[in-house]
This record gives sequence, C-alpha cells and structure tokens, in this order.
Amino acid sequence: MRVSEEEKSGFELKRRHVVACMCALSAGLPLHASAQDAATMQPPQVDDLLAYAFGDRAGQAVAIDDLAIDTQQVFAFALDPATGNMRNGTRMNQVVLVRLDPATLTPDTAARSANGVVAYSGVCSHTGCDVTDWNGEFKRFQCPCHESQFDPHDGARVVGGPAPWQLAALPLKEIDGKLAVAGTFEGRLGFPQPGQSPFGI
Amino acid sequence: MKNIKTKMALLALTALPALVQAQDLAAMRDVSDERLRAPEPENWLMFRREYSGSGFSPLDQITPDNVARLKPVWTLSTGVTEGHQSPPIVNDGVMYVTTPLNLVYAVNAATGDVLWEYRRQLPFDLSLIHPTNRGVALYGDKVFMATSDAVLVALNARTGEVVWEKPVADYRTGYYMTMAPLAANGKIMVGVSGGERGIRGFVTALDAETGAEAWKTYTIPAPGEPGSETWPGDSWKTGGAPVWVTGTYDPALNISYWGTGNAGPWVGDARPGDNLYANSVIGLDVDTGELKGYHQYHWNDSWDWDEVSPPMLLDVTRNGRTFPALVHAGRNGYLWTLERKPDGISFVDAKPFVYQNVFTSIDSVTGRPTYNEDAKPGLDKPGSFCPSLSGGKNWTPAAYSPETKLLYIPANDNYCSTFAGTPVEYRPGQNFTGTTPSEAFIREGADHIGELQAWNVDTGEKVWTHEFDLANWGPVLATGGGVIFSGGTADRYFRAFDALSGELLWQQRLNSGITGVPTSYEVDGVQYIAIQSGWGVDALRMQNRLDTMQGRKNIVPQGGVVWVFAVENE
Repeated sequence: MRVSEEEKSGFELKRRHVVACMCALSAGLPLHASAQDAATMQPPQVDDLLAYAFGDRAGQAVAIDDLAIDTQQVFAFALDPATGNMRNGTRMNQVVLVRLDPATLTPDTAARSANGVVAYSGVCSHTGCDVTDWNGEFKRFQCPCHESQFDPHDGARVVGGPAPWQLAALPLKEIDGKLAVAGTFEGRLGFPQPGQSPFGI
Repeated sequence: MKNIKTKMALLALTALPALVQAQDLAAMRDVSDERLRAPEPENWLMFRREYSGSGFSPLDQITPDNVARLKPVWTLSTGVTEGHQSPPIVNDGVMYVTTPLNLVYAVNAATGDVLWEYRRQLPFDLSLIHPTNRGVALYGDKVFMATSDAVLVALNARTGEVVWEKPVADYRTGYYMTMAPLAANGKIMVGVSGGERGIRGFVTALDAETGAEAWKTYTIPAPGEPGSETWPGDSWKTGGAPVWVTGTYDPALNISYWGTGNAGPWVGDARPGDNLYANSVIGLDVDTGELKGYHQYHWNDSWDWDEVSPPMLLDVTRNGRTFPALVHAGRNGYLWTLERKPDGISFVDAKPFVYQNVFTSIDSVTGRPTYNEDAKPGLDKPGSFCPSLSGGKNWTPAAYSPETKLLYIPANDNYCSTFAGTPVEYRPGQNFTGTTPSEAFIREGADHIGELQAWNVDTGEKVWTHEFDLANWGPVLATGGGVIFSGGTADRYFRAFDALSGELLWQQRLNSGITGVPTSYEVDGVQYIAIQSGWGVDALRMQNRLDTMQGRKNIVPQGGVVWVFAVENE
C-alpha cells in the first residue's frame, strides 16, 4: 500500500484498535471489560491450577492421577486459585496435557514436567488449529488440519508435517496431587504471518 | 481476435512494452456492470472471466502449432507458503492477485512491476483450516477481497488503500472466507466457509460503495421457513452448508447461482433428514437475496461431498431442444445437467464421470438419488465409498469452450475413503465433523488417479481423457486458440493440451505444485498465460496419503510464485 509514513502509522494504530475491539466483542465481552474479564485473557500464571477446558468436568482441577500414561491429550485452561476464574478468555491460553513415562522424557522436558505430565500450547504453530489428535503408535500429538506432528517427550518438537516450530511449553508442578503452573510459556505462541521472521520477533 | 492474430506478428520476448507507470493505473478503466457482462477479449475481470463461469478466454494467438514455444516472461514470488489458488485477474494491463493469509499484489501484467501491495494483519488467535484465497473481485474503482478472518475488504484499485472493511461473520465461531467475491448490480456478494466447524452457512451482499449489508440469505432455513422440516431439533444452527466458491450469474434472470457444501457433522445419522439446502445449487435474486430455486444433488450428505462449485450457465441441446442449462461436475462424481428458469431449477439428467459406488439409482424426474447403504457412513458404522471425501472433482473449476463445445473437468478417479461417525460435542469455532479419522484406499486394479476429461455437453458423452498417475488438483483454462491449460499434479508441471484431441502439447516445470486458476490476457497485442503456483492445503494432504499408500514420497516444496508466459518468436 502506498501511503505516507504519517498516514501509515495512523492507519495501523486505528486498525489495531479495531481488531482489539472485535476480539472483545466476539469473545462475548463488553467493551469496558471488568478486571475479572481481563483476568480471563491473561496467560497462565505461576501457581495457577490446570482445569479441564471442555466436557462434563470443565472447570474442575486436573489431578495427576486422572491421567493415564500414554493416553490422548487433555485440553485445559489455567485456573486462578484465588478467584476460581478460568483463564479462558482467549483460545491462545489453552494447553494440552499428556502423561508420559518419566524415563522417556528428554532432560529439558523432564525439568518442566510433574510426575511425567507435560503441558504445551494447544494451538498449532502452523496455522493455529487446535492440536486435538493423538498418534498412539508413536505417542505424538497430531494436528487434524494439516497433520503436523509434535513429540511431547522432547519439547513438542516438530516430527512431521508443515509446522515451522515446536509448540510452546508450559512448566508444571504438583500441588496436593493437582497440576499447577510452574512458569510462563516457553517458546512462541501462534503461527507466522507473511513478513514475520520465523526466527524471531 | 482473428484479425489481431493476422495483423500482429508474435512479438519477441525482448520487445516488451515500456514499464507501466502510475499514469497507467490512472488510465485503467473502472469496472462497470456492462464490462463484467461483456468483458473485452484482452481482459480477465472476474474469477472465471465470465458470469457464466466458463473459464474461457477468446484470445487465440497461442495455438497447438506454436504453444511449444511458450516461455516464461516474468515471475513474482509472493513471499507466502501454503495453497495458492488465486487467478491472476487483469484489467487493462494491471494484474491483481491474492495469496494465502490475504496479501494482494497489483502488478504490471506485461512487465511484472509491482505497483502496490496490501497485507492484512490477521488476528493472533485465528485457527486456519484452509490457508488459501481464491482471488479478488473488481467493481467500479475498487478491488474486493474476502479474508480468512471473515472480513470483506474494499481497496482503492489504483493505490491499494483501504476504502472500507466490514466483518461478515465472527471468525471465532468458525467462519472464514476464501472465495473471490462476486460483483454485480452495485453489490459485492460473498459466501462463508466453515462446514467443518459447525457454522450455519450463508451468502450475503454488501453495497459496493459503503459496505452496508444489502441482504443475507442462510443456506439452512430457520424453523418455520420452507425446508426447515429437513433438520431435526437445533441441528439447523450448526448444520454447515458453507459456500466457498464464487457463484455464477444470469443477468437476464438477475439470479446468482451458488453451490453449497457439506452438512455437519459429517455423517447423516447425526441430523436425519434431507438437510436442505446443503449439497445443493441455490439461485438467489441479486437485488433481494430471495431464494428463486434450488436443486439438491444429494440428500443427508454423509461423505463430505461439498458441492460448492457453482454450475456453469450454458445453452445445452437435448433431443433437439436447446435450453438454458446449469451444468455441474459434482464432488459426488456425477455430471449434472439442470434447466434454469425464472421461477426455479429443474432436473434434466446426471451420469457418473468417475467410479461411484454410492448411488444405486437416480429418479428420472426429480434427480433424487437412492443410496447403497453399505457405502453410507453412519454413527458407529463405517462406510467405504468412492470417490473419496475429496470427491470426483473438488473446488477446482472446470472450463468450457464455446468453440469446441466441450466441458473440461479436472477429476480424480479410483481414490476412495472410509470413516465412521462418532459423537461430537459442539464447541464454537472448533472441529465439528464427528468421525473417526478418515482412511483412504485405492480401488483394486486402478492404474491412475488424476484425469483431465473433455465432455460434449449436448450429447452427454465423454470425448477424451488424459490420465495422470498422480492426483489432479488443477483448475482449467480454455482458450480461443484451441489450447487448454492446467497444472494440478505433485510433479509441478504446468501443461497445455489440444482442446479437441487432448494431446499433451507442452509442459513446464514450475517452482512448486499448481492449484492456482490459470488465466489469459492481452497487453499491447501479446497474449499471455498467467498461473500462480504454490502447493498446499487439500492437494498436499491427498497426495501425502497417496504417497504413504504407494510407498513413495513426492517432495513438493512450498512457496507461491506468479508465472506469466508468452510465445517466443521463432
């Protein structure tokens, strides 16, 4: 687009504002979102619990013993233990949990795990689909949209398909048998767009 | 065009016109309804060039005799990966082409000089199942693009500046858009994708000047509306029936024709009934959006057979009677001939163009098929069916030449699917297909998958077939010079065929596989062929599965490039 720098910066500012408003609207939030609503948009915070994202147990904390080793990943959101609010205001906050044999984890992955449970962003780094499928033969995540595969034993590195980079990892710890957040996301969330460097911001 | 052919010696590639400067953009004519209804031979002003959907250019410099000398004139890297499916659309020497993730380039069509670009910043939390775009619409002094976050954007055709942008639906609930809009009568019409995500499909028209909504017609009736009895309970709210390929338009009737996609979830047991107007053609009044007629190709879809390709508007002769027809090569593997009338659409006939094991009969009056229940997946009941869920022909447009009177269909034969339905919980914006992972198989004894077929629409007979070992995902261009152009295979070839015989005349390997829509245009007396390469989305997925089954690996690097060809002087 051929516009002057002044016009360009003004336009971009305006559009960012528009997009932000659309997000709020489409998430069902009022334009003047409350502090509680804002908290639901926050990414997982240290000491948050992990709670089931969907289904009959949505909102309940995930206990480590709920998860059987080498079975399909579970979708979760962080839960603020102080308020009981789920941080589910954006799908970018959703994580996938899977329990693996601790002996099969690489050292970096083991350091982020809790009793063999590991957590990663549930949003594919290719084009942003939910990473819902489980390849039981190879014990990998698989994206249903374009069949990117990620190895949860090793930092969710890409082991198949078009995804450009690994899923962001969320460090975990155990609190009273439940899963809790031990650190912020490590790695990039979301997918690259034209003009963005795949090697950094 | 014959006079141009005789007058103009084919120009040497070195004798290209001078660079187009800004004044050439200023000199470019606005696009009026009159021009869209009767486009000049040198221009390609809309998705399929003509409202009829023909994909035919009358330009005739490039012939079976000289096409072997076709050479690249210029190329342009788009800077984007994934499935490039956009036709290079040309108005008076200015080309407009889109990419996945919604870039638009305006380019000097003769030299390749980039005149402006538009880049859309898509929302961070977008989930893109089909990262592609199928081109712009031109109308007045504007360029229109439908985006992956379900926004219709109007750009100044000369500067690329945003004139207005209007959300058409909420992308967070699974809606997205990939089609080139359809422009007519002061309106810009678009349909929505999302049939795998529990949307309720619709077509909407926006005022070309302001973006104000003129009308919106859902493809699934609400309770109490005619056809609502074909949906149980609340299933109409999430029943799919998306519209993701540009419609065709009959100006005389003022009716636009749109193909609708699969119902959701994928297996019909999840929503017993015919499920109108999924898997249908619908005729909508361009001024009001009123439903003027429909024909459902198959009821209670259980095969993910989106019938989104709109029917072509052709005059067809049957038993000595010539009538205004709608001709559609279906994803369900049948070639449908219908009659279009002011007050409706009536069935004429249908016959398979690839092996199909689902239909056991078709009612000769209504066109309603009966089914082989063994080949119909149900809840907890696997069904194996041919053609596969990708269909006998997917979205890839067929072409028709009024000179050969042949319809050219890019097809896939012998490739089949198996899946069963599973319970699925609706979550806004998320997968709502409700099946086991689909498995693919090749029909026993098959020796090829891809085909380019030519059919005589009057006799209803196939005239020739060119077979490909690989799957074929190539949109087709027909030209007045008697040459057909298409890519579509994982070997990255762009090919030219003799329109009458199907003989392969020329092929050129490009940077990536081709699922783009080829076009043809003329600048300063030179005929060009344009195509966008860039492998991705469903073509990539299907070929990967074929490779796994056949124990081989076709490595097809991604990356979009616009290629423009002309005949080199002898």
